[in-house]
Amino acid sequence: MDILVEVRFHGRGGQGAVTAADLLAVAGFKDGYHTLSFPMFGAEKRGTPVVSFLRVSDKPIVIRDEVKTPDYVVVMDPSLIDVVDVLAGLKDNGMLIANYPMGSEDLRRKLGTDKEVHAINATKIATEILGRPITNTAMVGALVGATGIIKIESVEDAIMEFFENREIAEKNVRLVRTAYDHMREVCGWQR
Amino acid sequence: MRKVVRGFYAIAEAVRLSKPNVIAAYPITPQTEIVENLAEMYANGELGDAEYVTAESEFGAASMVLGASAAGARAFTATSSQGLLLMSEVLYNAAGMRLPIVLVIANRSVSAPLSIWNDIQDSISIRDAGIIQLYVESNQEAHDMIPLAFKVAENRDVLLPFMVCVDGFKLTHAYEPVDLLDQETVDKFLPPYNPVVKLDVNNPVAMGCYAPPPYYMEFRVAMEYAMERASKVMLQEFKKWYKLTGRDWGGHVVAENCEDAEVVVVAMGSVVPLVREVISRMRQDGKRVGMLKIRTYRPFPSREIRKALKNAGKIIVIERALSIGAEPPVTADVKSALFGLNSEVYPVVTGLGGRDIPRELVERIIEDVMKGKIKPEKRYEGLNEFEEVIP
Repeated sequence: MDILVEVRFHGRGGQGAVTAADLLAVAGFKDGYHTLSFPMFGAEKRGTPVVSFLRVSDKPIVIRDEVKTPDYVVVMDPSLIDVVDVLAGLKDNGMLIANYPMGSEDLRRKLGTDKEVHAINATKIATEILGRPITNTAMVGALVGATGIIKIESVEDAIMEFFENREIAEKNVRLVRTAYDHMREVCGWQR
Repeated sequence: MRKVVRGFYAIAEAVRLSKPNVIAAYPITPQTEIVENLAEMYANGELGDAEYVTAESEFGAASMVLGASAAGARAFTATSSQGLLLMSEVLYNAAGMRLPIVLVIANRSVSAPLSIWNDIQDSISIRDAGIIQLYVESNQEAHDMIPLAFKVAENRDVLLPFMVCVDGFKLTHAYEPVDLLDQETVDKFLPPYNPVVKLDVNNPVAMGCYAPPPYYMEFRVAMEYAMERASKVMLQEFKKWYKLTGRDWGGHVVAENCEDAEVVVVAMGSVVPLVREVISRMRQDGKRVGMLKIRTYRPFPSREIRKALKNAGKIIVIERALSIGAEPPVTADVKSALFGLNSEVYPVVTGLGGRDIPRELVERIIEDVMKGKIKPEKRYEGLNEFEEVIP
């Protein structure tokens, strides 16, 4: 079976790590891929570390074991870097994207890795746009901006479907686009 | 219509399309969102004239669907883990009273220790109640099997509760593409429920009443016969389902690459596709391995299993439940189906309480069995080494 991309999301309960993976599952399907997302909570409580997974493939996905060697890791909360082995199993040519206010160089030093890592201050962007520090859509935008695995338009459509409140949906679309544009510039890929 | 949906939505939508008259439920992870979705449909007026009742406990929920079914309603409930254990007193009654209630079990481990995660100990624990049990490998299969469950349960040759067992989290919480049924298709397959007898003030009957020794045994044995008939009815309905939807889920078991296999892995539930994947890769390397998926666990398809495994010398059973102090449950049943054949059975207990079952683990076990490295006796795979703190 050919899995094109495997992603692991780290968040804290209530930050929407599960929704992030789900959003991308729906968006990826819009792009014509087969997708699968599933969660792995700690204690189902706000604030406890949460992991969720995403698989994207051009064939039906039948394997449901946990993602052990992700292509990409997304970290929603800077405080997780100290308490969770966020790099675990990340492929050598993989990439880690974290919500981290001190910049990519500082993040790389802290993680002590040669692998590609990018920091984005998602808390700041989310607070500016949503008025609340909910970072999941920003981090979805950052991942798509850094990697181009799924079309940003599909992500935007998925967000419009996910949020019943139109105003909140539109704010999240703006947020996802801002984070996307930022990371695309940092990573410098062309469509 | 093919859509990316969460497992619990696929299940709730299939329940809606089956037009239940009464749904009663009590929330428990990982089942909660199934009935949350149904409650939302109810609040939005999408459940026709169905009654939705939030019970005060699973005992209450089971009692309500029992009562509703006895009064002639098509009744549905869903639960998990301790919730099912709390229902069990009522469910034995529902089966004995021959009420065709449909339940979805979002399979979860049982306490203690407390765990919300997946194994199949909960539904396995009430396998002897007289309830049909079917285990699904995907959300598509779960979605498809719900109208079928009502149809089989309500068949006059059957009249037993039907339990669709869906792995909690692994399936219920996964977002994935599902071909959602439409009302026309389901209506074509599933007629309205027409009970043989029901509680009716104008034609009073009593149900589930006292049976002294001269009568009791006949009722219990009648359930055995009903289960045997259920086996045939299910096969017919599986075929009709295939004709109607083009989706062939097979019979009570699905044997893949078994004819010439030296080693066959027996699996149930969401681990099946992963085993299939391992088998197909090992086949590419020329290894003679196969897989047997058990779909129907009650009635247990002994004949089909014996037929599928007659050539396999070595059989691995992936066990995600225990019968503490005895052979693990699926192994015990498989061994009894193979009685007298010259085959070795390797029970592998793994994945309890949501522990991941990686592909590599399944492949390694198969390799070890092929090389004769392990003995055909109960073993626990993926255990951590902290026995010193556990008595």
